[in-house]
Amino acid sequence: MLGNEAIARGAYEAGVKVSAAYPGTPSTEISENLVQYKDDLYCEWSPNEKVAMEVATGASISGVRAMASMKHVGVNVASDPLYTASYIGATGGLVLVAADDPGLYSSQNEQDTRMIGRAAGVPVIEPSDSQEAKDFMKFAFELSEKYDTPVILRTTTRLSHSQGPVTLCEREAVADKPYVRNAPKNVMMPGNAKTRHLHVEARTNQMIEDGCTFSINHAEYNDTKIGFITCGIAYQYVKEVCPEASVLKLGMVNPLPKKLIEEFASRVDTLYIFEELEPVIEEQVRSWGIECIGKEIFTRQGEYSANLLRTAVLHMDLKLSEAAKVPARPPILCPGCPHRSVFYTLNQLKLHAAGDIGCYTLGAVAPLNVIDTTICMGASISSLHGMEKAKGKEYIKDWVACIGDSTFMHTGINSLINMVYNQGTGTVMILDNSTTGMTGHQDHAATGKTLQGDVVPAISIYHLCKSLGIEHVYEVNAFDQEELKKQLLAAKERDCVTVIITKSPCVLLKGNVFPNKCVPISEKCKKCGACLRPGCPALTKNEDGTISIDETMCNGCGLCKAQCKFDAIETVAK
Amino acid sequence: MLTKNIMIVGVGGQGTLLTSRILGGVITDAGFDVKLSEVHGMAQRGGSVVTFVRYGDKVAEPIVEEGQADVLIAFERLEALRYAHFLKNDGALVVNDTRIEPITVVTGAAEYPEHIIEDLSEKYKVYRVDAMEEAKKLGNTKTFNVIVLGIAAQHMDFSEEAWLRVIEKTVPEKTIELNKKAFLTGFHM
Repeated sequence: MLGNEAIARGAYEAGVKVSAAYPGTPSTEISENLVQYKDDLYCEWSPNEKVAMEVATGASISGVRAMASMKHVGVNVASDPLYTASYIGATGGLVLVAADDPGLYSSQNEQDTRMIGRAAGVPVIEPSDSQEAKDFMKFAFELSEKYDTPVILRTTTRLSHSQGPVTLCEREAVADKPYVRNAPKNVMMPGNAKTRHLHVEARTNQMIEDGCTFSINHAEYNDTKIGFITCGIAYQYVKEVCPEASVLKLGMVNPLPKKLIEEFASRVDTLYIFEELEPVIEEQVRSWGIECIGKEIFTRQGEYSANLLRTAVLHMDLKLSEAAKVPARPPILCPGCPHRSVFYTLNQLKLHAAGDIGCYTLGAVAPLNVIDTTICMGASISSLHGMEKAKGKEYIKDWVACIGDSTFMHTGINSLINMVYNQGTGTVMILDNSTTGMTGHQDHAATGKTLQGDVVPAISIYHLCKSLGIEHVYEVNAFDQEELKKQLLAAKERDCVTVIITKSPCVLLKGNVFPNKCVPISEKCKKCGACLRPGCPALTKNEDGTISIDETMCNGCGLCKAQCKFDAIETVAK
Repeated sequence: MLTKNIMIVGVGGQGTLLTSRILGGVITDAGFDVKLSEVHGMAQRGGSVVTFVRYGDKVAEPIVEEGQADVLIAFERLEALRYAHFLKNDGALVVNDTRIEPITVVTGAAEYPEHIIEDLSEKYKVYRVDAMEEAKKLGNTKTFNVIVLGIAAQHMDFSEEAWLRVIEKTVPEKTIELNKKAFLTGFHM
């Protein structure tokens, strides 16, 4: 079972009634797996993580077990409700699953959610394999209800996307708690919050004590020359390389079971703290006057491995063969991707783009080279506005903002409201491919379908923009380069906000059929290379300068054909 | 038994996930402990992708590291070269002899290396197949990865019947016979 599948199963077995999430690698499969239990629970895609966390918090206040799941950067968006939910605590168990991404497989930073747990005064527990992922989910709900606190279950890419055997259990029958009005606990205004802050402190101190006997924190005493304190996936590397060493495996990584750690440290000669990313455990252990070795030999960056232990701790010479020097193969937009047409058009018009989070971030790389900035979800529109306020209306005419449909619904809409309200000018392009593409096709409020498969009225992005009072809103087919150019040039002439919505579904979207394919006609080819410039991976240049088009890859979008002045590419039925 | 390490590498979109699902299934059915680790998200968009599979009596680490792979299954030549140093000295390299140019080559920023298979053969036990060609003979090019898996299966510890049983359970019903045929093509190659 995939780690994420196990987390979903754990939630199901724990009797969860409500789950809300926004997709984001490596957390997406949690909700995608949870939906199979929709007869027993409710689950949704929320427009963003803040909303998801609030939905879960509301469900918890009403007296049922509830959860929200998101990737690490989503926790930033959800941190507003999280910090205060910490004070409110939990009536029904409340769990936030946060998926960190050491090694940045699909993220814009490498932040460590354990630090947010510390800052918010919320316990963080961290499993080490799929079986634990399921078991810890159930433990998380018990912990939440026992100590009246939200709980963060932290996973990482390696755990979420690794599979291992899992033993299944039945779903627990958890009775709904009756709702009782309790303003001092649930209305967070200063007078109440002061009292609740003391509760947070008291429960934290209690967990520091009680954590010493939690089954998820355990010491494995073997040879005491070397001892490791470790957690999460890093535990597996320790077991792989040093099965004879003593290990203190921490399942609860915030707050730390101080006495258990002091006891362990006193019984081993050399103490290593082996934790991926930030020295969260290490700094606390050092602050208690305990000597240890940590980040001076283990990096803060990226994933750990068994070989890291072999070299850094055992000083082994691994005699590894060197990796061959080969051309990099970075991810690219798919053949037939509507974003390629949009970006190539922007490239031809020599426009800069403030980018956003999604597949279209790939518009930053060669040969498109259009995206100049990527910060976080929704930032394209607001950062464009900032540039305009800094450098003026004329300056911003060489720029556009590019944002996807799902990201627009996530937080882009706020930025557009701001642009209208504060009299911004400039061009906003909403690349509407009718799905959340990068994470593997999740629905959102503008697709007309829910996570549970219900068909609902799709929010019209066009009318949403119009309702803000924006006069110039246009819908264009992403592959109609001529129309796109016309609209972009017209927008440049205006001193107001223009929204151009390019509407073409993601090529990988289920049910999207491509009747045609593009075929080169070598006799007509003048070897100019114009067709290659948009960078479609289905095209390759032959030795004689003509081109080949891989027929299994080509989706027949015709972007290459549109670049050819000599009719040397034709579209034919597949 | 000692832990056995398998790697599956290729280009995002080539269907490495199906192959690893079948492999994971056959290992689980045989009663071994197993860990399987794969890549999702951005890297899947035409990038270099890798799946690690480890099985044995008790498996801790979910990834295979340099110099540890018993079998490296490569769905593309350049990817075989990229990950060859993960093989043990006596490891087996099964490579689908096909060329998919990375964008760095298409744009002229890098050159696609020549003689990859010849060079790798000097150092490793290489089993080469043009699986696309073989799949065409079966009438469906999509089965090429199951043919490659069939060849790799010769270097693992499971019977023909065990593999076929898992294929039956794993692939869509309409394609069971086709996939079985594809597997056997590779298994008896």
